[in-house]
Amino acid sequence: MSTTTTTESAKGSAAGPPQTKSGKSVPPDQRSWRLRLNRADIKGTPYALVAPYFLLFMVFGLFPMAYTMYASLHTWKIGVPGREFVGLQNYSFLLFEYERFGWSIVNTLGMFAMATVPQLICALMVANALNKRLKRQMFWRMLVLAPIVTSVVAVGVIFARIWGQEYGMINGFLELIGLDAVNWQAGRFSSWFAISSMVDWRWMGYNSLIFLAAMQTIPRQLYEAATVDGASQRQQFWSITIPQLKPVIIFTAFISSVGGMMLFVEPMMFDAGRLSGGSDGQFQTTSMVLVDILRTHGNYGVSAAAGWLLFLVIGLVAAVNFLIVNRISGSK
Amino acid sequence: MTATLNPAPAPAAGSKPPKRKKPKQHQEVESGAGLFAPSMMTRVGLLAVGVLSVFPLYWMVVIASTTTSNASGFPPALLPGGNLGRNLEQALTDPNADLLLGLRNSIIITGTVTISVVLISTLGGFAFAKLKFKGSKVLMGTVLFTMMVPLQHLGLVPLYMVMIELGWLDTLQAAILPFLVNGFGIFMMRQYCIQSVPDEIIEAARIDGASTLGIWWRIVLPALRPGMVVLALLTFMLNWNEFLWPFMVLSGENPTVQLAIRQLSTATWSADLSMVFTGTLISIVPIAVLFVIFGRQIVGGIMEGSTKS
Repeated sequence: MSTTTTTESAKGSAAGPPQTKSGKSVPPDQRSWRLRLNRADIKGTPYALVAPYFLLFMVFGLFPMAYTMYASLHTWKIGVPGREFVGLQNYSFLLFEYERFGWSIVNTLGMFAMATVPQLICALMVANALNKRLKRQMFWRMLVLAPIVTSVVAVGVIFARIWGQEYGMINGFLELIGLDAVNWQAGRFSSWFAISSMVDWRWMGYNSLIFLAAMQTIPRQLYEAATVDGASQRQQFWSITIPQLKPVIIFTAFISSVGGMMLFVEPMMFDAGRLSGGSDGQFQTTSMVLVDILRTHGNYGVSAAAGWLLFLVIGLVAAVNFLIVNRISGSK
Repeated sequence: MTATLNPAPAPAAGSKPPKRKKPKQHQEVESGAGLFAPSMMTRVGLLAVGVLSVFPLYWMVVIASTTTSNASGFPPALLPGGNLGRNLEQALTDPNADLLLGLRNSIIITGTVTISVVLISTLGGFAFAKLKFKGSKVLMGTVLFTMMVPLQHLGLVPLYMVMIELGWLDTLQAAILPFLVNGFGIFMMRQYCIQSVPDEIIEAARIDGASTLGIWWRIVLPALRPGMVVLALLTFMLNWNEFLWPFMVLSGENPTVQLAIRQLSTATWSADLSMVFTGTLISIVPIAVLFVIFGRQIVGGIMEGSTKS
């Protein structure tokens, strides 16, 4: 013990020759080496362990984000040499001149609302049903989760056919009961409706499993006491389950708003894989506009600005969502 | 007394009386922990949801196994036909889209990403769960933040620019690199590590002279194995279905399976329905197989991941 402290203090006080000599007795020196190595291991290795994540994250997450900011403030096109600082011009172009962008925000918000609200309500109901004393729990859970195996592209392909104008299943059914076939793609609301159905179908089961997991952590005593007090199952759902689920509902609403605001593949596949979002851009989302500007027009500057604007909108939507959900589920 | 509490005792119950409570609780969770028996309405509703969940998938198989002329009429075909083999052969050799190459590319990309995410996440998750180091809280906060923010989306433009500069458009590394790490993975492995690796074992190993990396290799990795399987499954599913980024950097010459499906459906949109659906079916098979084999783990992973956040 004492030898180790001497060697260490020797190192600390910039090592006079006699002290080094005294430290040279072999076994203690080895021990001190191991100790120092050990200490370096304990202090340093944690950083080495988290380093891969942060390095890759900086290269592929942080740097691109900052670089997007830089690009959004310049005129900058593929194949055109030179770039020029233009301040917020790219932003004002998107907001005030390029009408498709404004409409894309409207479309994205509309489809988001149309998809998310019924989806979360259905998910809550399904979770509540799964939380009853059912046999074959795992079977039911896998059944409602099954849509998740489908890729978004596949969902788009299948649902575009289900909602198709001429041979679509929905229209066939409408005609069967004596109604007129609807051109789902043509109208703004009808196309939003069809696209929302894709989102809902794919994610409802997933969300209901998340709700179910949270429901199972609610203490049984709460329900037992309420039952003794004569509360009906419905009353218990509203006054126990929903308030207890509040954090999870907020979390799910947040995740859904981030995902919903980036909607891309479903509307794209609804129109045979095109980026224009229908004849009038009636279901073109902001992500589609961004990719269109980037791929079709090769304009880095404007698409970077679109990226930041989209990011801002996502932040706003998430915040509003939080306030709404907080109000609704906290009221009781 | 116990007999009245538990009317149907497990066969092994007599031999180990003190341990009896555990399996009983476990059983209860498996068969629905709810207090209430489901009403008829609940059962019918659930059944309807189940049918709706599976029907589009079923219909895909139906159309993939029939002829196009059969697929387009009304009422639509609702039973599988006998054409699956011929359709499969045709879809795989369709000149409009290279499905085989797409499958190969998707397997390479998704496999690489999955291995990387799982490995890096176990390293980081272990560090955040069990090691003390300065700034660990701030760093973990950063990870949580990156989980929430769609960085790949926001960084789309510059990443695309970089790939052009490097001349990497249409190469697999361009599709792989941005996905090599994942904040959710770190978070999930941290949770698993907190749960499944007791502090005492790590301390004991330290006293025995094990290095941090040695502890990771000999103690943490074996303990994390079930969690790693779940993380690998989720990562694989997520990345197999990834569309936007591959769409940016890969062309039809070198597609992922998702891009190939899009090509197939764009090229033959009005012409060949059963061909498109067959291609779609092929693209789903790997994930569907995983789901059938590991469904329990996937369900568990999704549910456990959510309650701890």
